[in-house]
Amino acid sequence: MVRTIRLTINGRTHEIETDDQRALLWVLREDLNLTGTKFGCGMGFCGACTVIVDRQAVRSCTTPVSAAAGKHVLTIEGLATDGQLHPLQQAFLERHAFQCGFCTPGMIMNAYGLLLQSPNPTRQEILDAMEGNLCRCGSYHRIVDAIEEAAARLRGGKQQ
Amino acid sequence: MKPTEITRRELLAGAGLYVMIPVEILLAQEPERLPARAGYPTDFNAYLRIGPDGSVTGYAGKVELGQGAMTALAQLLAEELDVPYERVTMVLGDTELCPWDMGTFGSLTVRQFGPVFRAAAAEARAALLEMASEKLGVPVQDLEVRDGIVRERRNPERAVSYGALVAGRRIERRVSHATVKAPGAFQILGTAPSRKDGLEKVTGRAIYAGDVRLPGLLRARILRPPAHGAVLRELDTSEAEKIPGVQIVRDGNFVAVLHPQWDLADLALKRIRAKFEFQEVPLDDSNIFEHLVKNAPPPHTVHQQGDLAVGEKLAQIRLEATYLNSYVAHAPLETHSATAVVQGGKVTVWAGTQTPFRLKTQIAETLKIPEQNVRVITPYVGGGFGGKSASQQALEAARLAQLTGRPVQVVWDRAEEFFYDTFRPAAVVKIRAGLDAEQRLVFWDFYVYCAGDREAQQFYDIPHQRTLASGGWGSNPPGLHPFVVGPWRAPSVNTNTFARESHIDALAAQAGIDPVEFRMRHLRDPRMRRVLEAAASKFGWKPMKLPSGRGVGVSCAMYLGTYTAMMAEIEIDRNSGEIRVQRVVLAQDQGLVVNPDGSRQQMEGGIMMGLGYALTEEVRFRGRMVLDRNFDTYRIPRFSWMPRIETVLIENPEAPASGCGEPPIVNVGAAVANAFYDATGVRLYQLPMTPERVKQALAKT
Repeated sequence: MVRTIRLTINGRTHEIETDDQRALLWVLREDLNLTGTKFGCGMGFCGACTVIVDRQAVRSCTTPVSAAAGKHVLTIEGLATDGQLHPLQQAFLERHAFQCGFCTPGMIMNAYGLLLQSPNPTRQEILDAMEGNLCRCGSYHRIVDAIEEAAARLRGGKQQ
Repeated sequence: MKPTEITRRELLAGAGLYVMIPVEILLAQEPERLPARAGYPTDFNAYLRIGPDGSVTGYAGKVELGQGAMTALAQLLAEELDVPYERVTMVLGDTELCPWDMGTFGSLTVRQFGPVFRAAAAEARAALLEMASEKLGVPVQDLEVRDGIVRERRNPERAVSYGALVAGRRIERRVSHATVKAPGAFQILGTAPSRKDGLEKVTGRAIYAGDVRLPGLLRARILRPPAHGAVLRELDTSEAEKIPGVQIVRDGNFVAVLHPQWDLADLALKRIRAKFEFQEVPLDDSNIFEHLVKNAPPPHTVHQQGDLAVGEKLAQIRLEATYLNSYVAHAPLETHSATAVVQGGKVTVWAGTQTPFRLKTQIAETLKIPEQNVRVITPYVGGGFGGKSASQQALEAARLAQLTGRPVQVVWDRAEEFFYDTFRPAAVVKIRAGLDAEQRLVFWDFYVYCAGDREAQQFYDIPHQRTLASGGWGSNPPGLHPFVVGPWRAPSVNTNTFARESHIDALAAQAGIDPVEFRMRHLRDPRMRRVLEAAASKFGWKPMKLPSGRGVGVSCAMYLGTYTAMMAEIEIDRNSGEIRVQRVVLAQDQGLVVNPDGSRQQMEGGIMMGLGYALTEEVRFRGRMVLDRNFDTYRIPRFSWMPRIETVLIENPEAPASGCGEPPIVNVGAAVANAFYDATGVRLYQLPMTPERVKQALAKT
């Protein structure tokens, strides 16, 4: 059904007139030109499209935009504040926890969702939470290390 | 993103420094390292530009697939020019701005293009020194360069920056003599600076071909046949056309739905009713190997020495086996994507491709326009692994842009990515070999069908041997494969290594000799011996007779000049048949290491990716239909698979850089299969080693 949907994305409120069954992914990418969120599989199998909706990591390719109506959406573009990288971004950057980079926004957002729920995860909890995010380049070890490091920095309050 | 940020004319008219030097001078200094130069520009201006502010821009026809080309090339340039790495920016894969290149594959960026690029920088530095010498009135030999500033050694106050030297002037200078730095003088090569692509990739600002946005851009979804070779017989687009904003384009069998939004174009595509006709081909993943052996083209001799008949007579123990591997998909996270715009007879295409210059030619042929009217721009590529050497999606985008007169973007969905992938060919390797009374290998007869001949030749010391290869990942007789095959990370070599190293292991078991010791007895090349020793030392390898029950395995391989040895430790769940790889050690000698962290990224990534073809990855198909369409059935490695990984880089800076993107993956199949034998006493002859195959093999004992 075409209707006006109001949602907050990266702190900015948008009103979008569109079919409310469209996937959030495509509204972000095509209507709002927020291309940091990636299309990888279209069925929630790879995690490249992960964004945060009201503090939960979701697969935007299988989330209808209606499910985000009235809610706060955070994408990779909204993660850095005042030009300061988020500790997750900083740790991914420093540890080179990426190669081609295509899965990276989804990895970072999924990890962000994990740390919201569980600020002090064990290594096994990180592995479990990240299991649905695929990286074909095989940067998995570095990604886990980066998440551990970012979690520690966040708990410490300040970036070191 | 604007279609044209900088044109060639602007570039050439700019205030930068253009050094005109024949490239041959430098190329001649390193004859053994040189590629065939055909096609590479001799004019150094093609490779670099020094801006008035002293910043440096490097140009290369290579592309950034994640392998770190942008970073490694920037390091080479910064090193030879003596400028800070941070001041170097790389422009890659733009056919209008960058010098021609054959493509980004074969781990060639540093190995083959690196010397050309370094030479360009060294020549520019020499020219700048001459210019500084004139400006300062100081002989060249009394000058030094640091951070892009030329100074008199004894009087550092007398200085001039590269930027000041070139400011506002166009200089065409030739130098008669220049040399590249010796390894001992390196300051930037051999270090691991922050990746050039890092900031954009962690912030989501990195642009891939499907992220290009242009005014009036249409997204295209294309009608696909259910099987390769199918012909469109009936078409009804009436339901699709009911979606507002939809445009249908038909050109023969080629039917596309266009809409400003990808998902709505996709919705419309799903409403098209089409009937295709195709012939059933009686092939599937169970009978393919028989078919390949029967229909492969006649073999060619890769290598022959001694006399096989003599070797066979000397043999006391003979061992014969057949090794199989299935079709494997590239499955990059970014599906094939491209954006095309036609303006005034000129077409510009942003493409996720490994071969921008070849694509430029293909686009010109497809659109029937002159090549100089085609520009291919390669933004970041979301993984390639050989699969983006083919760029059908870019031809589709260009064709639709021409047909509609609008900018068009094509982003394949995951099912298209599997359907049109140029799979790693299914292959068969037959090996016969024998040991004499002293347990030495006396003959080796290796016949590879369909994988390709790369690194098929034996490197163990065996007096009587022959290597035959039939077919490969390049061109094949029609009907041999039910779909297109192509290069997949280290083409041929995963298959050939799995077969050779499994067989060597089996022979070691027959001989009752520790598999590392058995290999060492047959290895003369000191570099191969050294990587094997390094791997064994890191792993803590304890000599044993196979099978020891521990579940450890070893494999050695050569890949285009890079030496690798891998050891793996596994656990087997005998109920489920699942193999779990717990630890992998990889030692590698790739000669000069431009960036050790970049090399380790490739090693870690290659090991992880290799676990896929070793354990789960195989394309299921029926006739010319591809049954795997997404990551639910086609299982690639994920976080829970992570073994402990340890990498050893051999220091060998005097040997030319031989590349590191592909070698790390080639041993995984054999190292795991050999560990399986060590654990169970049962040999697995087919990749991938799926739970079903494991259970079947164990049930036979």
